[in-house]
Amino acid sequence: MPGSGTAASAAIGAEPHIIVRNLTMAYGSFVLMRDLNFTVKRGDIFVIMGGSGCGKSTLMRHLVGLKEPAAGEIFYRDFNFTRAQPHERELMLRRFGILYQSGALWSSMTLAENVGLPLEEFTNLTPEQIRKIASLKLALVGLKGFEDFYPSEISGGMQKRAGLARAMALDPEVLFFDEPSAGLDPISSRLLDELILELRDSLGATIVVVTHELASIFTIANNSVFLDAESRTQIATGDPHEMLAHSTDPRVRKFLTRGAEKNGAENSHG
Amino acid sequence: MSMTQSQLRQGSIALDRSDSTLRLRLNGHWHLSRDLPAASSVIAELFKQPAPRVVSFDTSGLSGWDSGLISFLLEVESACRERGIKDDREGLPAGIRRLIELAEAVPEKEGTRAAARRASILERVGDRVLAYSVGMADFLTFLGDLSIAMFKFVRGKARYRTFDFMETVQQSGPEAVGIVSLIAFLVGVILAFMGAVQLQQFGASIYVADLVGIGMVRDMGAMMTAIIMSGRTGAAFAAKLGTMKVTQEIDAFTTMGISPLEFLVLPRVMALILMMPLLCLFADLVGILGGAFVGITMLDLSFSTYMRETISTFTFVNFIGGLAKGTTYGALIGLAGCLRGFQCGNSSSAVGDAATQAVVMSIVMVVAACGAFAVAFNILRI
Ligand SMILES: Nc1ncnc2c1ncn2[C@@H]1O[C@H](COP(=O)(O)OP(=O)(O)OP(=O)(O)O)[C@@H](O)[C@H]1O
Ligand SMILES: [Mg+2]
Repeated sequence: MPGSGTAASAAIGAEPHIIVRNLTMAYGSFVLMRDLNFTVKRGDIFVIMGGSGCGKSTLMRHLVGLKEPAAGEIFYRDFNFTRAQPHERELMLRRFGILYQSGALWSSMTLAENVGLPLEEFTNLTPEQIRKIASLKLALVGLKGFEDFYPSEISGGMQKRAGLARAMALDPEVLFFDEPSAGLDPISSRLLDELILELRDSLGATIVVVTHELASIFTIANNSVFLDAESRTQIATGDPHEMLAHSTDPRVRKFLTRGAEKNGAENSHG
Repeated sequence: MSMTQSQLRQGSIALDRSDSTLRLRLNGHWHLSRDLPAASSVIAELFKQPAPRVVSFDTSGLSGWDSGLISFLLEVESACRERGIKDDREGLPAGIRRLIELAEAVPEKEGTRAAARRASILERVGDRVLAYSVGMADFLTFLGDLSIAMFKFVRGKARYRTFDFMETVQQSGPEAVGIVSLIAFLVGVILAFMGAVQLQQFGASIYVADLVGIGMVRDMGAMMTAIIMSGRTGAAFAAKLGTMKVTQEIDAFTTMGISPLEFLVLPRVMALILMMPLLCLFADLVGILGGAFVGITMLDLSFSTYMRETISTFTFVNFIGGLAKGTTYGALIGLAGCLRGFQCGNSSSAVGDAATQAVVMSIVMVVAACGAFAVAFNILRI
């Protein structure tokens, strides 16, 4: 385990892991975003930022193959995910862990069964081993003792965390989190940030996070893309710290400073 | 209290035109619960020649307001913008000004309202036809995928949870027995009554047994069971899968590399295919008992004569036919329920629509299949 840790940290920032080329996203004839171009490196914690309704969740659906691009391509290393055959894609999907915005736990299964199902399907572990691993993953997100609860019997924030445990079940290479900290209290969301950093360091996973939370963005992210609903494309990509320090785009600055700068400018005007 | 109520004046508006300025004097109580003046009268004034250059407001006579006034003002403002007329908000109370600014803070996203545009009739007919052909293609794809999955099921290679399968068997089998017996018994009674009225005139009331027996076994048993199961189980499938779609649970299966078709649809359709023939047989039996009840109580037949007559009328082939129908109807109901559930949109009302459409679709398909069976059996002389 310590060995893999160093190997993982050595790999951080090395090879490109996810490459998006000229991606256009559309619902029917309604084009949401066009010409998205960015690269996520192995071991990155990559944040998708932007205002509400600009298409962050939709971009995530494209990255995991739930929606086909209207144009453009998505690569995982040199594997063309967009043009791949369904069975090749399915193999790729097993290396992903996904947390949906609504949690999306399977409502007819207990938490342990939710976390255990991927293990049951894709490994040769015995039921006891599966149960043990499921308990471990639930404990990691602070849900020790809730193994036999059904999703409807726990709170919204707890469902989010259980969804996270399920996403981590197969020790994936790439983790996708859609607003992981929405609905969590400030302390839990701090812990979640630490967990995300821990996952990257221990598993060497590449992590893609959709989030609005500035505190979280500056704690975890080392790479990002900024989507703008108005111009319907990305207006910045790179390390958010750098963006804050050097970006001259008022829209990026406004977002990263919570609009404080813009208000300040207005006040000094009036 | 009633004094002040009557003193509160209804919201009203007076227009003052002094060369290039149009002054709107707002008076009284502007509440939604009262009849408010329409913005159109003011807007008409804006379009008169020569057009005013500035619109200003005087609210000294205004005694109360709510969203009714805000929406009125927004309408006026948007007309002003359209005409390039300046609006001077100085005269408005600060609260109203802030709400208007808030409402205008986020510009409408172009393209989002495209759907609201009214299309010409040709375009709509075309859209409908295209939608039907896409729907048909979806149906065939689903059917194809399901056939492949069933093939896997038969070879024992499909991935699903036995618990799901057993639960659906329980729901669509034993738990449906009560309602199916009730309806089948009543249908048996109705058939017997219908026959009895005519047959009694010829003193041939014993043939009621034949009528009920053949009627139930050949058609009514399977048909009534199918209709009950469409409403009961087909709708439940659609609602359950639709809800899973809304909560992204189905996406979660797909992205995990687990086929939702094998995992969710297969156990449900297979459970119905297994349970429907059994339910149909049971319904046949209960229907015959219903007929016997009428025969014994009204026609003075004995139970054993009635049963002997019933048994003598139909052959083994009748039974097989009834079973084949039950199986087919089960598959159709499962298919319709699951398909509509999968096609469900992303809201709770879409789940309701999916359930309704599933029931309609399965009943239509069952009746159509019944017709097809009648023709086929006729050709085969069964
Ligand atoms: N199924 C759909 N059909 C048509 N349009 C859709 C559909 N889903 C989303 N949209 C549109 O796509 C846009 C982006 O949606 P998306 O869910 O990706 O936003 P988001 O950036 O994740 O927002 P939030 O931060 O609020 O979650 C929305 O404006 C919405 O109108
Ligand atoms: Mg979203």
